[in-house]
Amino acid sequence: MAVNRNFRVCPSTGLSYHEPAEKLMRWNAVAAVVSLLVGGVLAVLIVLTRWQAVHLLPPDWFYLLLTAHGLDMLVFWIIFFEIAVLYFCASTLLRCRLAAPNWAWAGFWLMIVGALVNNVAVFRGDSSVMFTSYVPMGAHPAFYLGLILFAVGALIACFVFLGTLAVAKSEKTYHGSVPLVTFGAITAAIIAIFTIASGAIILIPTFLWSVGLIGHIDSLMYRTVWWAFGHSSQQINVAAHVSVWYAIAAIVFGAKPMSEKVSRTAFLLYILFLQLASAHHLLADPGLTSHWKIFNTSYAMYLAVLASMVHGLTVPGAIEVAQRQKGYNKGLFEWLRKAPWGNPSFSAMFISLIGFGFLGGISGVMMGTEQLNLIIHNTIYVPGHFHATVVIGTTLAFMGLTYFLIPTLFRRELMFPGMAKWQPYVFGLGMAGFSLFMMGAGTLGVPRRHWDITFAGNPLAYDGWAGGTAWLMIAAMAICGLLATVGGAMYLLITVGSVFLGKRIATPDFAYVKARDGVAPTMKPVEVAFEAHGSNIGTAGFVAPGTFVLALVFLLSFVLYYFVNWKYLSTVWPLS
Amino acid sequence: MSAISPPTQRVWWKQPLDRVEGMWIVIAFVWCLVMFFMMPYWHVFGKQNLANEAYRTTPEAFTAKTQAMVDKYTVRVETDQKIPVVRPPAGSDVYLIARLWAWWPMLELEEGKTYRLHLASLDYLHGFSLQPENINIQVHPNYDHVVTLTPTRAGTYGIVCNEYCGINHATMVSRLYVVKSK
Ligand code: HEM
Ligand SMILES: [Cu+2]
Ligand SMILES: [Cu+2]
Repeated sequence: MAVNRNFRVCPSTGLSYHEPAEKLMRWNAVAAVVSLLVGGVLAVLIVLTRWQAVHLLPPDWFYLLLTAHGLDMLVFWIIFFEIAVLYFCASTLLRCRLAAPNWAWAGFWLMIVGALVNNVAVFRGDSSVMFTSYVPMGAHPAFYLGLILFAVGALIACFVFLGTLAVAKSEKTYHGSVPLVTFGAITAAIIAIFTIASGAIILIPTFLWSVGLIGHIDSLMYRTVWWAFGHSSQQINVAAHVSVWYAIAAIVFGAKPMSEKVSRTAFLLYILFLQLASAHHLLADPGLTSHWKIFNTSYAMYLAVLASMVHGLTVPGAIEVAQRQKGYNKGLFEWLRKAPWGNPSFSAMFISLIGFGFLGGISGVMMGTEQLNLIIHNTIYVPGHFHATVVIGTTLAFMGLTYFLIPTLFRRELMFPGMAKWQPYVFGLGMAGFSLFMMGAGTLGVPRRHWDITFAGNPLAYDGWAGGTAWLMIAAMAICGLLATVGGAMYLLITVGSVFLGKRIATPDFAYVKARDGVAPTMKPVEVAFEAHGSNIGTAGFVAPGTFVLALVFLLSFVLYYFVNWKYLSTVWPLS
Repeated sequence: MSAISPPTQRVWWKQPLDRVEGMWIVIAFVWCLVMFFMMPYWHVFGKQNLANEAYRTTPEAFTAKTQAMVDKYTVRVETDQKIPVVRPPAGSDVYLIARLWAWWPMLELEEGKTYRLHLASLDYLHGFSLQPENINIQVHPNYDHVVTLTPTRAGTYGIVCNEYCGINHATMVSRLYVVKSK
């Protein structure tokens, strides 16, 4: 079989795209955006139901659509997009042909079929079990089967990615080490493989149980293994969106990592630790000892938290250094003031970083503390936290990357550039308010996945929420959530419009060129002197003093919020 | 464009650490250690720790124990469904069943007294959420989770199910009474 070695070079970015890889990236991105569209429509309906003053849907539809929203967003939107990112990081950044495009297509179609089968099962109405599908509540077998097919497809994609790295190495398409962004993608792929293995360990028996071949599945065992899968899949997202942050910083500013060593080690910590931290989902469960809980949340989680705190510094730090070298060297924050706030790739990335750190990160560590978990477990605080991580963090970062990919990958001009300027702000700030108010309501005890917090008609109704502060929090949450869906709709309009109707970017003598005819790079490694940053930028011996100040502000908020919650816990009934 | 191209220095691992990064790593690491030590610290000095005590049980066995308590200590019944309100002696073992979609029975406890509260589900997962105190505990089928607790303030509390348990999940609510001890 002949190997396709056709490449094209993007005239504006200089990136080279391998023809089959390019097509796969596009199709995966399109599948992702379609999932986001479906999930977004569902978001409007469920948010209008949780808003008690509106209370749109009846309970059966609410739980059905909530199940579908969780899956279409968290699983299908994010993972399709991640596969596109993986191919980009391997094939495009390493200027290498994609290994085994046929396998990649097989994986893609398996994922499509899996996503469809799963959605059909949910929309039939007998699988409203939420994306966590805790046993002994059972779904239709097709629900699990769809997820298994999807996971097998994603696994194939991970191996195509790793295969491409091997090809790049053996065909010497790059010199030295892989770029940092590719390294981050490798992290994501390795965690993905571990994740899918855990998923198989739990979903295959559950599937067999749903068709009657296995008699009993222990609910605690299920939660333990399910979260080894469910939590580490969040780690894939973090590794992927941190890579996207670095990529956007590099694209927009030409920023280079402050030190390769630090950033790469931080990625390595993700592989080593966070995937074992599924324990923090089980802190309120019986049958596990405190030693087990503390051990598994601390050594594992905190070293990964450390890694995220490092990335949270080095990404803006790299931007600061790049900006200062360009001459924006005055004071602490000139580099930030003079940043291109009207460039949606940058603003999306920066809001993603701040939102992920301040809202998602701090709340996540608080929840993951053994005793503090008691005051938020299963409250709406939890979706408040993860909309900050997975929506402001991952989704918004991917949106920012999309604005870069539309001209270079889809070769279309961005439609509605004026709207694109605003989109990250509308979506990011809407989502930030949404998460914050959710966390506020959760602190007051409002449960998650709950259709009616007034318990209308129930003689034993708990009346602490109706009409009170929690009520206002929920209303504010809903309004901010609707604002975010407006931001989401803007994104969909811009991307779908540009990809299908946008003005084609025509390059006069455009052609795919055979690699051996000169596309394959002959990059010379440039040996730069060790003092790459130059010692004339920054203040007081710090190259990135502004970032350091921001980091200290972050730390202060973190410490305060953390201890406020201990204080709150100490007022609760004594338990042991 | 360096983060998306191979490092310009082939031996990047020998590049010295930047001061900003070095200091931040130390600070962040110390903070992680503080957070780690807070958990064991609270086990020793704090008063709110989730019990490690849990036993395997079965729906039948757990129902039998609960029924025995109800038979002995019921003081009245409430609502059309005649849910018994049970006032067990201070310090005793008290049982609370979670099932689709109710908590059974209702408990009346004394302020300042300590009880061994047994929680178990007879069917799906449920969530014990005591409001407005905001104590939230996962309830599993086949596990009898023993939580030793001391109500500190008299009043009427809500027990809400906060683990999704099917179509009527949002109707699964009950009460817990805490009364002043005489
Ligand atoms: C744009 C706006 C969005 C809005 C307004 C929105 C709104 C909501 C609401 C109201 C809930 C229900 C919370 C509850 O009752 O427990 C929810 C759950 C959820 N959302 Fe979103 N969401 C949005 C975007 C996203 C995105 C982009 C993702 C993922 C990437 C996502 C992932 C989830 C997940 C995983 C759940 C949990 C479902 C469950 O509890 O099983 N959401 N969302
Ligand atoms: Cu329940
Ligand atoms: Cu429930």
